Amino acid sequence: MELMVAIMVGVLTAAAVHLMLARNVLRFLFGLILISNAANLTIFVAGRLTPQAPPLIPEGADAPIGDVANALPQALVLTAIVIGFGLFAFALTLVYRTYQNLGTLDSDEMRLAEPREAEDKA
Amino acid sequence: MSWVLASPIIIPFATAVLSFLFRKGPEGRWLSVLGSAALLIASGILMAEVLAEGVIAAQMGQWAAPFGITLVADLLSAVMVVITGITGLAVSIYALADIDERKEALGYHALFQVLLAGVVGAFLTGDLFNLYVWFEVMLISSFGLLILGGQRVQLDGGIKYVTLNLVSTILFLAGVGLLYGMTGTLNMADLHGAVQDIENQGLLVVVAVMFMVAFGVKAAVFPLFFWLPASYHTPAFSVSAIFAGLLTKVGVYALIRTFTLIFTSDIAFTHTILLWVAGFTMVTGVLGAAAMNDFRRILSFHIVSQIGYMILGLALFTPLAIVGAVFYLVHHIIVKANLFLVAGVAKRIAGSTELSAIGGLYKTAPFLAVLFLIPAFSLAGFPPLSGFWAKYVLVKASLDIEAYWIAGIALAVGLMTIYSMTKIWGAAFWTPHPTGVEPSLSSLPARDRAALLVPIASLAVLTCIIGFYPEPFVAFAERSAAQLLDPSQYVATVLGEAPMVASGLAQLEGGQ
Repeated sequence: MELMVAIMVGVLTAAAVHLMLARNVLRFLFGLILISNAANLTIFVAGRLTPQAPPLIPEGADAPIGDVANALPQALVLTAIVIGFGLFAFALTLVYRTYQNLGTLDSDEMRLAEPREAEDKA
Repeated sequence: MSWVLASPIIIPFATAVLSFLFRKGPEGRWLSVLGSAALLIASGILMAEVLAEGVIAAQMGQWAAPFGITLVADLLSAVMVVITGITGLAVSIYALADIDERKEALGYHALFQVLLAGVVGAFLTGDLFNLYVWFEVMLISSFGLLILGGQRVQLDGGIKYVTLNLVSTILFLAGVGLLYGMTGTLNMADLHGAVQDIENQGLLVVVAVMFMVAFGVKAAVFPLFFWLPASYHTPAFSVSAIFAGLLTKVGVYALIRTFTLIFTSDIAFTHTILLWVAGFTMVTGVLGAAAMNDFRRILSFHIVSQIGYMILGLALFTPLAIVGAVFYLVHHIIVKANLFLVAGVAKRIAGSTELSAIGGLYKTAPFLAVLFLIPAFSLAGFPPLSGFWAKYVLVKASLDIEAYWIAGIALAVGLMTIYSMTKIWGAAFWTPHPTGVEPSLSSLPARDRAALLVPIASLAVLTCIIGFYPEPFVAFAERSAAQLLDPSQYVATVLGEAPMVASGLAQLEGGQ
């Protein structure tokens, strides 16, 4: 199980890097989404996978009885997913606005903030 | 006790909410100034407490240390929070004249306060995952500030800033996950002990390098700096100033914190990488600055080269070098924010930041020229200003361990810094204005003049104070460096009297 998740993380990361190497900003963004899911899975699998029992504490006890799933990585992943979602919503809006304003998604053509004259002079 | 630690985070958040509610009127900006002043006071109280008691820590919600959320302040955190308060107040006063009503209505002040909260949170947290969360708070508000106004050039710079910072954040998150998998804890004080029990130390070094890259992007070190000069010159001047002062320094702070507290098992490897990085960062930054022809872009490249000095202090890893890094950090935030503020005034009265399009500032605005010279000379390392002492300590530290080449680079980069500062001085202040305009401070309305010049002058005075009376500041940096190199007090304070080292791991393995 852990091995499979690890392989999946690898595949996701490879696909993400492939996408992020593209000059198209939208493809880059999709790569970013994939790699962030790979990172979330990494946290999840780092907490050891225990598929059988939910981490519930019986009434009257202070601690769960027997082997239960590790709840902390799940909390961490949940936080990371929420934060990541917000950031991607922002990034997508930004890319859309940039496309509207600059008329391109090619990162090589986005030279407004770093005009080419500066390079030619040097 | 816990209020002392929590209030520097709560105050800016509360201010953010209030100034967002009043964003349509003039109340919002005054609330922002008030909030920043309150933050400065709270940080002063925190500093007093830390000076009196050493490291202080608080467990949120009374959950004991490695399990709950810990806020902790040692001397380094405390001084960083104080500096955040100072720059925050200076910039929010400056913003009274710099930010127009349209940007205010879009929520500039609220975003600014959230940014301050994120920065303070990152300095005070005692837990790696919370550090990630504070980074995100900081990032999302900085994204907003960066593209506020939505000019084309801002969107272009924003794309680079946003994408690169997201990559670094994800790398950081993955590193946190792997470190948790190896040790079973995310509390930094607990990690200090837990990493020594890992059998495969090689894996730890891999994770260390992941953190190095992730924080390296935030701190804009070579070769990961290129998003910074692509974006920092596009937003409003107040925004540039607070970014230049604080944001990259959070990355440096995180590097110093993790590489003195957690990743010290293979210093020969990790800190050698850092040393090379420091050298290249200094050189590329200053060369980039020499090639630029825009006031703010030159300053942006200078941030990069100055980051190199701080990393140098960390990389040498001797007590004196850490003293240098801490001193440099504090001096640099004040100076750099101030230079961007000066650039803003120059733009207001001379009409542009492009060096070929402005001039004559010395003749008609000599007061501004003096205010520029103080931070500029300090940055370049002229005695007796603050930058001189910072560079002196670092060069001395590298000579002490016979790393002559890096000392040579540090000195040469100092000279190059003077060269590009002379370029700004020559083009913007000395030569006459190309279109015959005579820029003068009296062309500004009296209220704007006060709001723009008071923060600049105060920061300049602060630079002079650090420069002329460096002794208490160096003594402080020495105490702080001693704490960083011997984290036993930090660990003991966070974990309580009986440290439960790696207790999380035992539970994890039991759960298998």
